[in-house]
Amino acid sequence: MILFDQVFKRYPNGCEALADLSFELATGEMAFLTGHSGAGKSTVLRLIALLERPSRGRVVVNGQHTSALRRGRIPAFRRQVGLVFQDHRLLDDRPVADNVALPLAIAGVARREMDKRVRAALDQVGLLGKERQFPLELSAGEQQRVGIARAIVSKPPVLVADEPTGNLDPDLALEIMNLFHRFNAVGVTVLVATHDVHLLERFGVRRIHIEKGRLAGHPDVAA
Amino acid sequence: MSLPEELRAPRPAGPRTPAGAASAWLERHAQTFVASLGRLARQPFATFLTMLVIGIALALPAALNLVVANARAVSAGLGETVQLSLYLRQDTTQEQARKVQLAVAARSEVAEAVLVSPDEGLREFAALSGIGEALRMLTANPLPWLVKIRPAPPHDSVDGVAALAESLRELPEAELVEADTAWVRRLHAILDTLRRVTVLVAAMLALGVVAIVGNTIRLEISGRRAEIEVTRLVGGSDAFVRRPFLYSGFWQGLGGGLIAVALIGGGLLALEAPIARLAAAYGSHYSLVGPTPWEVLGLITSGAAFGWLGAWLAAGYHLRRIEPR
Repeated sequence: MILFDQVFKRYPNGCEALADLSFELATGEMAFLTGHSGAGKSTVLRLIALLERPSRGRVVVNGQHTSALRRGRIPAFRRQVGLVFQDHRLLDDRPVADNVALPLAIAGVARREMDKRVRAALDQVGLLGKERQFPLELSAGEQQRVGIARAIVSKPPVLVADEPTGNLDPDLALEIMNLFHRFNAVGVTVLVATHDVHLLERFGVRRIHIEKGRLAGHPDVAA
Repeated sequence: MSLPEELRAPRPAGPRTPAGAASAWLERHAQTFVASLGRLARQPFATFLTMLVIGIALALPAALNLVVANARAVSAGLGETVQLSLYLRQDTTQEQARKVQLAVAARSEVAEAVLVSPDEGLREFAALSGIGEALRMLTANPLPWLVKIRPAPPHDSVDGVAALAESLRELPEAELVEADTAWVRRLHAILDTLRRVTVLVAAMLALGVVAIVGNTIRLEISGRRAEIEVTRLVGGSDAFVRRPFLYSGFWQGLGGGLIAVALIGGGLLALEAPIARLAAAYGSHYSLVGPTPWEVLGLITSGAAFGWLGAWLAAGYHLRRIEPR
Protein backbone atom coordinates (compact mmCIF):
# COMPACT_ATOMS: atom_id res chain seq x y z
CA MET A 1 0.00 0.00 0.00
CA ILE A 2 2.91 2.32 0.84
CA LEU A 3 6.26 1.61 -0.76
CA PHE A 4 9.45 3.61 -0.33
CA ASP A 5 12.16 2.39 -2.67
CA GLN A 6 15.61 3.94 -2.24
CA VAL A 7 14.14 7.32 -1.57
CA PHE A 8 16.32 10.40 -1.27
CA LYS A 9 14.97 13.78 -0.35
CA ARG A 10 17.11 16.86 -0.40
CA TYR A 11 15.43 20.20 0.27
CA PRO A 12 16.33 23.27 -1.76
CA ASN A 13 18.26 24.63 1.23
CA GLY A 14 20.65 21.68 0.93
CA CYS A 15 19.33 19.78 3.94
CA GLU A 16 19.28 16.08 3.19
CA ALA A 17 16.17 14.75 4.94
CA LEU A 18 16.08 11.22 3.56
CA ALA A 19 18.96 9.18 2.24
CA ASP A 20 18.27 5.81 0.68
CA LEU A 21 15.16 5.00 2.67
CA SER A 22 13.31 1.82 1.73
CA PHE A 23 10.36 0.21 3.45
CA GLU A 24 7.01 -1.23 2.57
CA LEU A 25 3.73 -1.15 4.38
CA ALA A 26 1.29 -3.81 3.20
CA THR A 27 -2.40 -3.18 2.69
CA GLY A 28 -4.22 -3.36 6.00
CA GLU A 29 -1.02 -3.08 7.99
CA MET A 30 -0.40 -0.64 10.82
CA ALA A 31 2.98 0.75 11.78
CA PHE A 32 4.54 3.39 13.96
CA LEU A 33 7.08 5.64 12.35
CA THR A 34 9.63 6.56 14.97
CA GLY A 35 12.83 8.50 15.21
CA HIS A 36 14.20 11.63 16.81
CA SER A 37 12.91 14.94 15.67
CA GLY A 38 14.82 15.82 12.55
CA ALA A 39 15.26 12.17 11.63
CA GLY A 40 12.97 12.56 8.64
CA LYS A 41 9.58 11.37 9.97
CA SER A 42 7.77 14.45 8.73
CA THR A 43 9.43 14.18 5.35
CA VAL A 44 8.18 10.61 5.00
CA LEU A 45 4.63 11.73 5.73
CA ARG A 46 4.95 14.72 3.40
CA LEU A 47 6.09 12.43 0.62
CA ILE A 48 3.10 10.13 1.22
CA ALA A 49 0.69 13.07 1.12
CA LEU A 50 2.47 14.41 -1.94
CA LEU A 51 3.31 17.66 -0.23
CA GLU A 52 6.80 16.93 -1.48
CA ARG A 53 8.22 14.76 -4.19
CA PRO A 54 11.30 12.59 -3.73
CA SER A 55 14.59 13.86 -5.14
CA ARG A 56 15.45 10.30 -6.11
CA GLY A 57 13.82 6.89 -5.72
CA ARG A 58 10.20 5.76 -5.83
CA VAL A 59 7.30 6.45 -3.53
CA VAL A 60 4.26 4.37 -4.36
CA VAL A 61 1.01 4.94 -2.48
CA ASN A 62 -2.06 2.88 -3.24
CA GLY A 63 -0.51 1.72 -6.49
CA GLN A 64 0.36 5.22 -7.69
CA HIS A 65 3.86 6.50 -8.31
CA THR A 66 3.87 9.91 -6.70
CA SER A 67 6.74 11.24 -8.80
CA ALA A 68 4.87 10.56 -12.02
CA LEU A 69 1.68 12.30 -10.91
CA ARG A 70 0.80 15.55 -12.69
CA ARG A 71 -0.12 18.53 -10.53
CA GLY A 72 -3.76 18.34 -11.62
CA ARG A 73 -4.03 14.75 -10.38
CA ILE A 74 -2.76 15.52 -6.90
CA PRO A 75 -6.17 16.43 -5.38
CA ALA A 76 -7.70 13.10 -6.42
CA PHE A 77 -4.61 11.34 -5.05
CA ARG A 78 -4.87 13.12 -1.69
CA ARG A 79 -8.49 12.08 -1.32
CA GLN A 80 -7.25 8.50 -0.93
CA VAL A 81 -5.04 9.42 1.98
CA GLY A 82 -6.53 10.47 5.31
CA LEU A 83 -4.23 12.96 7.03
CA VAL A 84 -4.12 13.73 10.73
CA PHE A 85 -1.91 16.51 12.03
CA GLN A 86 -0.41 17.28 15.39
CA ASP A 87 -2.01 20.73 15.32
CA HIS A 88 -5.26 19.26 13.87
CA ARG A 89 -5.50 21.97 11.16
CA LEU A 90 -9.20 22.55 11.79
CA LEU A 91 -11.05 25.61 10.50
CA ASP A 92 -11.92 27.54 13.63
CA ASP A 93 -14.64 29.61 11.97
CA ARG A 94 -16.72 26.57 11.09
CA PRO A 95 -18.63 24.16 13.25
CA VAL A 96 -17.37 20.65 13.82
CA ALA A 97 -19.79 19.15 11.30
CA ASP A 98 -18.55 21.43 8.52
CA ASN A 99 -14.94 20.63 9.33
CA VAL A 100 -15.59 16.92 9.15
CA ALA A 101 -17.70 17.29 6.01
CA LEU A 102 -14.99 19.12 4.04
CA PRO A 103 -13.56 16.02 2.27
CA LEU A 104 -17.11 14.95 1.37
CA ALA A 105 -17.95 18.40 0.01
CA ILE A 106 -14.80 18.21 -2.11
CA ALA A 107 -15.74 14.77 -3.37
CA GLY A 108 -19.20 16.04 -4.28
CA VAL A 109 -21.27 13.96 -1.92
CA ALA A 110 -24.93 14.92 -1.73
CA ARG A 111 -26.17 16.67 1.41
CA ARG A 112 -28.17 13.82 2.93
CA GLU A 113 -25.42 11.30 2.39
CA MET A 114 -22.96 13.83 3.79
CA ASP A 115 -24.89 14.34 7.01
CA LYS A 116 -25.14 10.60 7.50
CA ARG A 117 -21.44 10.04 7.04
CA VAL A 118 -20.42 12.98 9.18
CA ARG A 119 -22.53 11.63 12.03
CA ALA A 120 -21.06 8.17 11.55
CA ALA A 121 -17.52 9.55 11.63
CA LEU A 122 -18.21 11.66 14.72
CA ASP A 123 -19.80 8.64 16.36
CA GLN A 124 -16.63 6.68 15.74
CA VAL A 125 -14.47 9.23 17.51
CA GLY A 126 -17.02 9.67 20.30
CA LEU A 127 -18.09 13.19 19.43
CA LEU A 128 -21.69 12.64 18.37
CA GLY A 129 -23.74 15.60 19.52
CA LYS A 130 -20.92 18.13 19.11
CA GLU A 131 -21.73 18.83 15.46
CA ARG A 132 -22.74 22.46 15.93
CA GLN A 133 -19.90 23.40 18.28
CA PHE A 134 -16.85 25.26 17.09
CA PRO A 135 -13.36 23.74 17.37
CA LEU A 136 -12.18 26.30 19.92
CA GLU A 137 -15.01 25.32 22.25
CA LEU A 138 -13.60 21.80 22.44
CA SER A 139 -10.71 20.38 24.45
CA ALA A 140 -7.41 19.55 22.78
CA GLY A 141 -8.24 15.85 22.73
CA GLU A 142 -11.65 16.55 21.23
CA GLN A 143 -10.13 18.79 18.58
CA GLN A 144 -7.73 16.03 17.65
CA ARG A 145 -10.64 13.62 17.37
CA VAL A 146 -12.43 16.03 15.05
CA GLY A 147 -9.29 15.99 12.93
CA ILE A 148 -9.38 12.21 12.88
CA ALA A 149 -13.07 12.17 12.00
CA ARG A 150 -12.27 14.45 9.05
CA ALA A 151 -9.49 12.10 7.96
CA ILE A 152 -11.66 9.00 7.98
CA VAL A 153 -15.01 10.42 6.85
CA SER A 154 -14.33 9.76 3.18
CA LYS A 155 -13.16 6.23 3.94
CA PRO A 156 -9.63 6.51 2.59
CA PRO A 157 -7.70 3.24 2.27
CA VAL A 158 -4.68 4.88 3.91
CA LEU A 159 -4.56 6.85 7.15
CA VAL A 160 -1.43 8.81 7.96
CA ALA A 161 -0.92 10.73 11.20
CA ASP A 162 1.87 13.08 12.20
CA GLU A 163 2.41 13.13 15.98
CA PRO A 164 -1.33 12.94 16.63
CA THR A 165 -0.81 12.64 20.38
CA GLY A 166 1.97 15.20 20.63
CA ASN A 167 -0.03 17.73 22.60
CA LEU A 168 -2.14 15.35 24.64
CA ASP A 169 -1.80 13.91 28.12
CA PRO A 170 -1.17 10.14 28.33
CA ASP A 171 -4.78 9.11 28.84
CA LEU A 172 -6.00 11.09 25.86
CA ALA A 173 -3.05 9.89 23.80
CA LEU A 174 -3.95 6.30 24.51
CA GLU A 175 -7.54 6.97 23.57
CA ILE A 176 -6.49 8.49 20.24
CA MET A 177 -4.13 5.64 19.50
CA ASN A 178 -6.91 3.16 20.26
CA LEU A 179 -8.95 4.88 17.58
CA PHE A 180 -6.24 4.32 14.98
CA HIS A 181 -6.01 0.72 16.07
CA ARG A 182 -9.71 0.25 15.53
CA PHE A 183 -9.58 1.71 12.04
CA ASN A 184 -6.71 -0.59 11.23
CA ALA A 185 -8.81 -3.50 12.45
CA VAL A 186 -11.36 -2.83 9.71
CA GLY A 187 -8.79 -2.84 6.94
CA VAL A 188 -7.39 0.68 6.81
CA THR A 189 -3.64 0.91 6.33
CA VAL A 190 -2.33 3.11 9.14
CA LEU A 191 0.99 4.87 9.56
CA VAL A 192 1.48 6.95 12.69
CA ALA A 193 4.57 9.05 13.27
CA THR A 194 5.25 9.38 16.98
CA HIS A 195 8.00 9.58 19.52
CA ASP A 196 5.73 8.61 22.39
CA VAL A 197 7.59 5.66 23.89
CA HIS A 198 4.81 4.68 26.28
CA LEU A 199 2.38 4.22 23.46
CA LEU A 200 4.83 2.12 21.48
CA GLU A 201 5.06 -0.25 24.39
CA ARG A 202 1.32 -0.65 24.73
CA PHE A 203 0.66 -1.46 21.08
CA GLY A 204 2.36 -4.44 19.59
CA VAL A 205 2.51 -3.10 16.10
CA ARG A 206 5.36 -2.89 13.68
CA ARG A 207 7.80 -0.09 14.15
CA ILE A 208 9.62 1.69 11.34
CA HIS A 209 12.52 3.49 12.97
CA ILE A 210 14.50 6.01 11.01
CA GLU A 211 17.66 7.82 11.92
CA LYS A 212 19.31 10.54 9.91
CA GLY A 213 17.09 9.83 6.95
CA ARG A 214 17.59 6.09 6.73
CA LEU A 215 16.13 2.93 8.21
CA ALA A 216 17.66 1.97 11.54
CA GLY A 217 17.32 -0.69 14.22
CA HIS A 218 14.99 -3.63 13.89
CA PRO A 219 12.09 -2.52 11.73
CA ASP A 220 10.01 -5.63 12.14
CA VAL A 221 10.34 -6.03 15.87
CA ALA A 222 7.64 -4.63 18.04
CA ALA A 223 9.16 -2.40 20.69
CA MET B 1 -15.06 -4.68 16.61
CA SER B 2 -18.24 -3.29 15.22
CA LEU B 3 -18.37 -0.37 12.87
CA PRO B 4 -21.47 1.03 11.21
CA GLU B 5 -21.81 0.31 7.53
CA GLU B 6 -21.00 3.93 6.68
CA LEU B 7 -17.42 3.50 7.78
CA ARG B 8 -16.72 -0.10 7.08
CA ALA B 9 -15.70 -0.26 3.46
CA PRO B 10 -12.41 1.56 2.90
CA ARG B 11 -13.05 3.15 -0.45
CA PRO B 12 -13.00 6.70 -1.71
CA ALA B 13 -16.10 8.75 -1.19
CA GLY B 14 -18.05 9.74 -4.24
CA PRO B 15 -21.47 10.01 -5.78
CA ARG B 16 -22.85 6.73 -6.96
CA THR B 17 -24.98 7.44 -10.01
CA PRO B 18 -24.62 9.99 -12.82
CA ALA B 19 -27.92 11.59 -11.82
CA GLY B 20 -26.79 11.73 -8.22
CA ALA B 21 -23.51 13.23 -9.33
CA ALA B 22 -25.28 15.94 -11.31
CA SER B 23 -27.59 16.90 -8.49
CA ALA B 24 -24.71 16.83 -6.00
CA TRP B 25 -22.76 19.06 -8.35
CA LEU B 26 -25.65 21.51 -8.61
CA GLU B 27 -26.18 21.42 -4.87
CA ARG B 28 -22.51 22.12 -4.23
CA HIS B 29 -22.52 25.07 -6.62
CA ALA B 30 -25.70 26.49 -5.18
CA GLN B 31 -24.29 26.15 -1.69
CA THR B 32 -21.03 27.91 -2.55
CA PHE B 33 -23.01 30.52 -4.44
CA VAL B 34 -25.10 31.41 -1.39
CA ALA B 35 -22.22 30.95 1.04
CA SER B 36 -20.05 33.46 -0.80
CA LEU B 37 -22.90 35.98 -0.62
CA GLY B 38 -23.23 35.32 3.10
CA ARG B 39 -19.52 35.87 3.56
CA LEU B 40 -19.79 39.27 1.86
CA ALA B 41 -22.83 40.14 3.96
CA ARG B 42 -20.85 39.55 7.14
CA GLN B 43 -18.64 42.50 6.20
CA PRO B 44 -21.32 44.88 5.01
CA PHE B 45 -19.28 48.07 5.11
CA ALA B 46 -16.24 46.79 3.24
CA THR B 47 -18.47 45.01 0.74
CA PHE B 48 -20.55 48.13 0.19
CA LEU B 49 -17.46 50.28 -0.39
CA THR B 50 -16.13 47.86 -2.99
CA MET B 51 -19.48 47.70 -4.71
CA LEU B 52 -19.76 51.48 -4.61
CA VAL B 53 -16.40 51.92 -6.32
CA ILE B 54 -17.41 49.39 -8.96
CA GLY B 55 -20.77 51.12 -9.30
CA ILE B 56 -19.17 54.51 -9.87
CA ALA B 57 -16.73 53.03 -12.37
CA LEU B 58 -19.64 51.51 -14.28
CA ALA B 59 -21.90 54.54 -13.94
CA LEU B 60 -19.40 56.98 -15.45
CA PRO B 61 -19.31 55.59 -18.99
CA ALA B 62 -23.03 54.82 -18.76
CA ALA B 63 -23.71 58.47 -17.87
CA LEU B 64 -21.49 59.67 -20.69
CA ASN B 65 -23.39 57.40 -23.02
CA LEU B 66 -26.65 59.00 -21.87
CA VAL B 67 -25.25 62.49 -22.45
CA VAL B 68 -24.48 61.53 -26.04
CA ALA B 69 -27.87 59.87 -26.47
CA ASN B 70 -29.63 62.99 -25.17
CA ALA B 71 -27.56 65.34 -27.29
CA ARG B 72 -28.47 63.21 -30.29
CA ALA B 73 -32.12 63.31 -29.37
CA VAL B 74 -31.95 67.09 -29.05
CA SER B 75 -30.11 67.59 -32.34
CA ALA B 76 -32.42 65.17 -34.15
CA GLY B 77 -35.24 67.68 -33.66
CA LEU B 78 -33.14 70.46 -35.07
CA GLY B 79 -33.85 69.68 -38.73
CA GLU B 80 -37.34 71.00 -38.35
CA THR B 81 -36.24 74.31 -36.95
CA VAL B 82 -33.58 74.79 -39.58
CA GLN B 83 -34.76 77.38 -42.04
CA LEU B 84 -33.18 79.27 -44.81
CA SER B 85 -33.27 83.02 -45.35
CA LEU B 86 -33.13 84.17 -48.95
CA TYR B 87 -32.30 87.89 -49.06
CA LEU B 88 -33.09 89.41 -52.44
CA ARG B 89 -31.12 92.16 -54.12
CA GLN B 90 -31.82 95.75 -52.97
CA ASP B 91 -33.26 96.71 -56.34
CA THR B 92 -35.83 93.91 -56.37
CA THR B 93 -39.39 95.15 -56.75
CA GLN B 94 -42.36 93.79 -54.89
CA GLU B 95 -43.56 92.20 -58.13
CA GLN B 96 -40.28 90.37 -58.63
CA ALA B 97 -40.11 89.36 -55.00
CA ARG B 98 -43.60 87.84 -55.19
CA LYS B 99 -42.56 85.85 -58.28
CA VAL B 100 -39.43 84.54 -56.56
CA GLN B 101 -41.49 83.52 -53.54
CA LEU B 102 -43.97 81.60 -55.70
CA ALA B 103 -41.20 79.94 -57.68
CA VAL B 104 -39.41 78.85 -54.52
CA ALA B 105 -42.62 77.68 -52.87
CA ALA B 106 -43.34 75.50 -55.90
CA ARG B 107 -40.11 73.57 -55.49
CA SER B 108 -40.42 70.02 -54.18
CA GLU B 109 -37.67 70.56 -51.57
CA VAL B 110 -39.58 73.42 -50.00
CA ALA B 111 -42.36 72.96 -47.50
CA GLU B 112 -43.14 76.62 -47.04
CA ALA B 113 -41.87 79.95 -48.36
CA VAL B 114 -42.97 83.19 -46.68
CA LEU B 115 -42.33 86.60 -48.14
CA VAL B 116 -41.25 89.33 -45.72
CA SER B 117 -41.30 92.89 -47.01
CA PRO B 118 -38.60 95.40 -45.97
CA ASP B 119 -41.20 97.27 -43.87
CA GLU B 120 -42.31 94.12 -42.06
CA GLY B 121 -38.68 93.19 -41.55
CA LEU B 122 -37.87 96.56 -40.05
CA ARG B 123 -40.87 96.43 -37.70
CA GLU B 124 -39.90 92.95 -36.55
CA PHE B 125 -36.29 93.98 -36.11
CA ALA B 126 -37.29 97.12 -34.17
CA ALA B 127 -39.49 95.01 -31.89
CA LEU B 128 -36.92 92.28 -31.27
CA SER B 129 -33.70 94.28 -31.16
CA GLY B 130 -34.92 96.98 -28.81
CA ILE B 131 -33.22 99.75 -30.81
CA GLY B 132 -36.47 101.01 -32.31
CA GLU B 133 -35.67 104.66 -31.47
CA ALA B 134 -32.40 104.52 -33.35
CA LEU B 135 -34.04 102.88 -36.33
CA ARG B 136 -36.58 105.68 -36.59
CA MET B 137 -33.73 108.01 -37.51
CA LEU B 138 -33.08 106.09 -40.74
CA THR B 139 -34.20 108.00 -43.81
CA ALA B 140 -34.57 104.88 -45.94
CA ASN B 141 -35.29 101.25 -45.05
CA PRO B 142 -31.98 99.39 -45.52
CA LEU B 143 -33.59 95.97 -45.43
CA PRO B 144 -34.12 93.93 -48.60
CA TRP B 145 -37.04 91.66 -49.45
CA LEU B 146 -36.71 88.37 -47.65
CA VAL B 147 -38.08 84.92 -48.40
CA LYS B 148 -38.14 82.66 -45.36
CA ILE B 149 -37.97 79.04 -46.45
CA ARG B 150 -38.71 75.91 -44.50
CA PRO B 151 -37.33 72.82 -46.27
CA ALA B 152 -39.59 69.81 -46.80
CA PRO B 153 -38.52 66.39 -45.57
CA PRO B 154 -36.31 64.64 -46.50
CA HIS B 155 -34.49 67.80 -47.53
CA ASP B 156 -34.43 69.12 -43.97
CA SER B 157 -31.26 67.18 -43.18
CA VAL B 158 -28.01 69.04 -42.80
CA ASP B 159 -26.90 67.97 -46.26
CA GLY B 160 -30.30 68.63 -47.80
CA VAL B 161 -30.42 72.18 -46.41
CA ALA B 162 -26.91 72.84 -47.67
CA ALA B 163 -27.82 71.64 -51.17
CA LEU B 164 -30.99 73.73 -51.19
CA ALA B 165 -29.03 76.82 -50.11
CA GLU B 166 -26.56 76.19 -52.93
CA SER B 167 -29.26 76.05 -55.57
CA LEU B 168 -31.00 79.18 -54.17
CA ARG B 169 -27.74 81.13 -54.42
CA GLU B 170 -27.89 80.66 -58.19
CA LEU B 171 -31.15 82.65 -58.52
CA PRO B 172 -30.48 85.97 -60.28
CA GLU B 173 -32.43 87.89 -57.60
CA ALA B 174 -30.52 86.30 -54.74
CA GLU B 175 -28.22 88.59 -52.77
CA LEU B 176 -27.53 86.33 -49.82
CA VAL B 177 -28.69 82.89 -48.67
CA GLU B 178 -28.30 82.10 -45.00
CA ALA B 179 -28.58 78.54 -43.77
CA ASP B 180 -26.81 78.05 -40.52
CA THR B 181 -26.07 74.37 -40.73
CA ALA B 182 -22.40 74.58 -39.84
CA TRP B 183 -23.06 74.40 -36.11
CA VAL B 184 -25.29 71.36 -36.52
CA ARG B 185 -22.45 69.74 -38.41
CA ARG B 186 -20.04 70.64 -35.64
CA LEU B 187 -22.42 69.33 -33.02
CA HIS B 188 -22.58 65.99 -34.77
CA ALA B 189 -18.82 65.84 -35.05
CA ILE B 190 -18.54 66.60 -31.34
CA LEU B 191 -21.08 63.91 -30.54
CA ASP B 192 -19.19 61.38 -32.63
CA THR B 193 -15.99 62.22 -30.78
CA LEU B 194 -17.82 62.02 -27.48
CA ARG B 195 -19.08 58.59 -28.38
CA ARG B 196 -15.56 57.42 -29.04
CA VAL B 197 -14.50 58.90 -25.73
CA THR B 198 -17.32 56.97 -24.06
CA VAL B 199 -16.04 53.71 -25.50
CA LEU B 200 -12.50 54.48 -24.36
CA VAL B 201 -13.62 55.52 -20.89
CA ALA B 202 -15.79 52.41 -20.65
CA ALA B 203 -12.83 50.20 -21.61
CA MET B 204 -10.55 51.84 -19.07
CA LEU B 205 -13.07 51.68 -16.28
CA ALA B 206 -13.87 48.05 -17.11
CA LEU B 207 -10.19 47.36 -16.52
CA GLY B 208 -10.56 49.33 -13.32
CA VAL B 209 -13.43 47.11 -12.18
CA VAL B 210 -11.35 44.01 -12.93
CA ALA B 211 -8.49 45.48 -10.91
CA ILE B 212 -10.71 46.46 -7.96
CA VAL B 213 -12.30 43.04 -7.74
CA GLY B 214 -8.93 41.39 -8.28
CA ASN B 215 -7.55 43.30 -5.34
CA THR B 216 -10.39 42.50 -2.95
CA ILE B 217 -10.14 38.86 -3.97
CA ARG B 218 -6.42 38.94 -3.26
CA LEU B 219 -7.17 40.23 0.25
CA GLU B 220 -9.88 37.63 0.69
CA ILE B 221 -7.49 34.89 -0.38
CA SER B 222 -4.79 35.96 2.06
CA GLY B 223 -7.43 36.18 4.80
CA ARG B 224 -8.56 32.62 4.10
CA ARG B 225 -5.13 31.15 3.65
CA ALA B 226 -5.52 28.54 6.38
CA GLU B 227 -8.78 27.36 4.91
CA ILE B 228 -7.26 27.10 1.43
CA GLU B 229 -4.32 25.10 2.73
CA VAL B 230 -6.53 22.69 4.63
CA THR B 231 -8.81 22.29 1.64
CA ARG B 232 -5.80 21.46 -0.50
CA LEU B 233 -4.55 19.00 2.12
CA VAL B 234 -7.75 17.00 2.11
CA GLY B 235 -7.81 16.86 -1.68
CA GLY B 236 -9.58 20.01 -2.85
CA SER B 237 -8.92 20.64 -6.53
CA ASP B 238 -7.95 24.04 -7.94
CA ALA B 239 -11.50 24.46 -9.23
CA PHE B 240 -12.97 23.66 -5.81
CA VAL B 241 -10.67 26.09 -4.04
CA ARG B 242 -11.27 28.80 -6.62
CA ARG B 243 -15.04 28.53 -6.80
CA PRO B 244 -16.04 30.61 -3.75
CA PHE B 245 -13.77 33.43 -4.90
CA LEU B 246 -15.28 33.44 -8.37
CA TYR B 247 -18.74 33.71 -6.87
CA SER B 248 -17.53 36.43 -4.53
CA GLY B 249 -16.26 38.41 -7.53
CA PHE B 250 -19.53 37.77 -9.31
CA TRP B 251 -21.57 39.11 -6.37
CA GLN B 252 -19.41 42.19 -5.95
CA GLY B 253 -19.65 42.96 -9.67
CA LEU B 254 -23.39 42.36 -9.64
CA GLY B 255 -23.79 44.67 -6.64
CA GLY B 256 -21.65 47.26 -8.40
CA GLY B 257 -23.85 46.99 -11.49
CA LEU B 258 -26.99 47.53 -9.40
CA ILE B 259 -25.40 50.53 -7.68
CA ALA B 260 -24.45 51.93 -11.09
CA VAL B 261 -28.08 51.63 -12.20
CA ALA B 262 -29.19 53.35 -8.99
CA LEU B 263 -26.66 56.16 -9.52
CA ILE B 264 -27.82 56.69 -13.09
CA GLY B 265 -31.46 56.62 -12.01
CA GLY B 266 -30.76 59.10 -9.21
CA GLY B 267 -28.88 61.37 -11.59
CA LEU B 268 -31.74 61.35 -14.10
CA LEU B 269 -34.23 62.12 -11.33
CA ALA B 270 -32.11 65.01 -10.06
CA LEU B 271 -31.72 66.49 -13.54
CA GLU B 272 -35.31 66.04 -14.66
CA ALA B 273 -36.72 69.28 -13.21
CA PRO B 274 -33.84 71.59 -14.26
CA ILE B 275 -33.88 70.12 -17.77
CA ALA B 276 -37.63 70.61 -18.00
CA ARG B 277 -37.20 74.28 -16.99
CA LEU B 278 -34.41 74.70 -19.51
CA ALA B 279 -36.49 73.13 -22.26
CA ALA B 280 -39.46 75.33 -21.32
CA ALA B 281 -37.22 78.38 -21.64
CA TYR B 282 -36.59 77.33 -25.22
CA GLY B 283 -40.27 76.64 -25.78
CA SER B 284 -39.76 72.89 -25.97
CA HIS B 285 -41.18 69.89 -24.14
CA TYR B 286 -37.93 68.00 -24.16
CA SER B 287 -37.52 65.38 -21.48
CA LEU B 288 -34.41 63.38 -20.71
CA VAL B 289 -33.75 60.13 -22.52
CA GLY B 290 -33.08 57.39 -19.97
CA PRO B 291 -31.32 54.08 -20.52
CA THR B 292 -33.28 51.37 -22.33
CA PRO B 293 -34.12 48.19 -20.41
CA TRP B 294 -31.45 46.43 -22.45
CA GLU B 295 -28.87 49.01 -21.43
CA VAL B 296 -29.83 48.58 -17.78
CA LEU B 297 -29.51 44.82 -18.15
CA GLY B 298 -26.21 45.25 -19.96
CA LEU B 299 -24.86 47.44 -17.17
CA ILE B 300 -25.72 44.90 -14.49
CA THR B 301 -24.49 41.98 -16.58
CA SER B 302 -21.21 43.64 -17.43
CA GLY B 303 -20.68 44.45 -13.75
CA ALA B 304 -21.15 40.79 -12.83
CA ALA B 305 -19.01 39.63 -15.76
CA PHE B 306 -16.10 41.95 -14.99
CA GLY B 307 -16.33 41.05 -11.31
CA TRP B 308 -16.13 37.39 -12.19
CA LEU B 309 -13.23 38.03 -14.58
CA GLY B 310 -11.30 39.99 -11.96
CA ALA B 311 -11.83 37.22 -9.43
CA TRP B 312 -10.79 34.60 -11.95
CA LEU B 313 -7.55 36.40 -12.77
CA ALA B 314 -6.69 37.11 -9.14
CA ALA B 315 -7.63 33.63 -7.93
CA GLY B 316 -5.67 31.98 -10.72
CA TYR B 317 -2.63 34.04 -9.86
CA HIS B 318 -2.67 33.99 -6.07
CA LEU B 319 -4.06 30.53 -5.36
CA ARG B 320 -1.18 28.87 -7.20
CA ARG B 321 1.11 30.44 -4.67
CA ILE B 322 -0.62 28.82 -1.72
CA GLU B 323 0.65 25.31 -1.31
CA PRO B 324 -0.11 23.42 1.88
CA ARG B 325 2.68 23.07 4.39
